[in-house]
Amino acid sequence: MFRLLARRLALIVPTFIGVTLLGFLLIHSIPGDPVEVRVGERGISPERLAYFRHELGLDQPLWKQFLDYQGQLLQGDLGRSVVTQESVWTEFKTFFPATLELAACALLFAVALGLPLGVMAAVRRGSALDYGLIGLSVTGASMPIFWWGLMAVLIFSVALGWTPVSGRIDDLYYVEPWSGFLLIDSWWSDDAGAFRSALRHLILPAIVLGTIPLATIARMTRSAMLEVLGEDYVRTARAKGLAPGRVVVVHALRNALIPVVTVLGLQVGALLGGAILTETVFAWPGVGHWLVESVQRRDYNVLQGGTLLIAVLVMLVNLGVDVLYGVLNPRLRH
Amino acid sequence: MSATLAAPGAGLFRRLLENPGAVAGLVVMAVLIVVAVAAPLIAPHGPAEQFREHFLAPPFQQAAFPLGTDSLGRDILTRLIYGARLSLLIGATVVALSLSIGTLLGLTAAFAGGVLDIAIMRLMDVLLVFPSLLLAIVVVAILGPGLTNAMLAVAVVLLPGYVRLARAAALGELTREYVVATRSAGAGVLRLMLLVVLPNCLAPLIVQATLGFSAAILDAAALGFLGLGAQPPTPEWGTMLADALQFYQRAWWLLAFPGIAILVTVMAFNLLGDGLRDALDPKLRR
Repeated sequence: MFRLLARRLALIVPTFIGVTLLGFLLIHSIPGDPVEVRVGERGISPERLAYFRHELGLDQPLWKQFLDYQGQLLQGDLGRSVVTQESVWTEFKTFFPATLELAACALLFAVALGLPLGVMAAVRRGSALDYGLIGLSVTGASMPIFWWGLMAVLIFSVALGWTPVSGRIDDLYYVEPWSGFLLIDSWWSDDAGAFRSALRHLILPAIVLGTIPLATIARMTRSAMLEVLGEDYVRTARAKGLAPGRVVVVHALRNALIPVVTVLGLQVGALLGGAILTETVFAWPGVGHWLVESVQRRDYNVLQGGTLLIAVLVMLVNLGVDVLYGVLNPRLRH
Repeated sequence: MSATLAAPGAGLFRRLLENPGAVAGLVVMAVLIVVAVAAPLIAPHGPAEQFREHFLAPPFQQAAFPLGTDSLGRDILTRLIYGARLSLLIGATVVALSLSIGTLLGLTAAFAGGVLDIAIMRLMDVLLVFPSLLLAIVVVAILGPGLTNAMLAVAVVLLPGYVRLARAAALGELTREYVVATRSAGAGVLRLMLLVVLPNCLAPLIVQATLGFSAAILDAAALGFLGLGAQPPTPEWGTMLADALQFYQRAWWLLAFPGIAILVTVMAFNLLGDGLRDALDPKLRR
C-alpha cells in the first residue's frame, strides 16, 4: 500500500514541474511587455519602465525568472491580482468554497441518481427502463451544459418560478462566513429562511453541472454491473438461494464499483471544467466565474495562479483515486 | 491490394448499419454536410441580413422567418444553416490538426523510446491535468479570442488522446513479425512508421477522431459562448447563444434552436463514434 502511494507521489513531482513550466511559458508568450500593458495609453518614461521591469524581475533571463517563480511557489506565493491587488491565494480561498459546494452537490446528485439507475438498467437488461436510460445517457453526455443551464433557468426559474435565476442566496440574508459553504453556514446561523434560500439557489446549478457526470456514471455502472452479473460467483450466490436483492447489492455491486470509482475520479476534472460554464450561466461566485473574469480583465496573474491551483487539485484527486482503487482492488496493490 | 482492403471495409460498413444509433448519426451527418455545402441555396436570407421591421419575431408564425428572428432582426434558420458550415469546419480542422500531430508524436514516442518517449508522454500527462475547457481558455486568453485561435486551443486540448492511442497501438505492432521482417529487409524508419505500422493502428484513431469531432464542436461552442471563440456577427452556434443572453428570458427561440443544433450534432458524432468502435472491434463492445 505504501509502495503504491510512494510510487504515485514520485510521479507527481515531474508533472507538477511540467505544469508550472507550461503555465509560466504560456503566460510569458503573451505579446507585449506586462509593464507597458499595465500603463496603457498614458505612456511611461524609459527610466521608470526600466525600474518597474527590474522590480518585477522582468530584466532577468527567462530561466532565472522561472527559478524565482518556482521559489515563490514553494513559499506558497502565487502572486497578486493586477486588478484588485489582492493575493491570488486569498482570492482563491474566497471563491473556492462556492465551487466546491456546487461541485460536491452536483456529484452527489449524479451518484445518488446514476448508481441506482445503472444497477436497475443492468438487472432489467433490454427493458424499456434500460433503453430509456441508454437514450438519456447518450443525450446527457452530448449536452452543451451552458445551454442546458440557460434552458433550465428559462423553464424552472422564469416560466415556473420555482427557483431563483442566479446567485448563491437572496440579498436580504446575511450569513456569517465560517466554513465558506453556505449550506453549512446558514444551517448553523439558525435562520431557516437563509438555509432555504441557499438551498433553492443551489438546486438548479447542481443539477445542471451534475448532468454529464450523471450520464457517465449511469452508463458506466450499467456496463460494469452487466459484466459482473455474468460472473460465476454471482451465479453461485444465486444458486445458494440468496435473496436476489442481496446478490445484486452485496455481491455484484461491490465489484462493479471498481470501474465506477475510477470514472468518478475522472469526473472531478470535468466538474471543474463544467463549473466554469455553470458558474457563468448562474452568476455563481466561484472559481470558474473568477477565472473567466480574469480573462476578460486580462489579469494574467490570477489566470496563471488559479489554473495552477486547479491543476494541482486535479492531480491530488487523481492520486486519491489511484489509492482508493488499490484499496478496492487488492490485486493492484503490488 | 485494393480488393483485400475493400473486403474488411464492406464488412465494417455492414456492421455499422446494424447499429441504429450509428445509422442515426450517419443520417444527421449527411444532412449537415448537405446543408453546409448548399447553405446559400437553401437559406431563405443572408446570414447577416437585418429585417428592421421584424425584431425578435417569434417562430412558427411567419413563413419568411420559420424559426423567428433575433434582436437585430436576423433570420434564425438562416444563421443556423450557415452555422452548420462553421461547426463542420471547426470539427474538421480541429480533428485534422490534433489527429495528424498527435499520431506523429505518438508514433515518434513509440519508435524512439528512451528520453524522447518519456518527454512526449510526460508533456501529455501535463496537458491532461488541466480540465479541457480551462486549458482551452488559457490558450485563447494568450492567443486572443477568435475562431481560428479557438480551433487551435481545442486542438491542443484534444492532442493527448491521439498521442496515447497512437503510441499504445504502435508499441503493440512493433514486436510483430511483419514489422521485424520489413525492418530487416532494410525499410527506413519513416517508411516503417507511416506505411507499415500506421495503417494497422488506424482503428482506434478513427474512433477517437469521430468522437473528437463532437468534442471539438462542443468546446468551440463553449468558447464562443464565453465570448472567446468566434466573434459576432459570425453565425457560430455558441456565439449565437452568447448573443441571446440579453433577450432569452422573453424570446426563448433565441436560445432553444442554436442549442438544439449543437446537441443534435454532437450527439450524432458521439453515436457514430460509439458505433464505429463497436463495428471495428466487437471485443470493445460495452
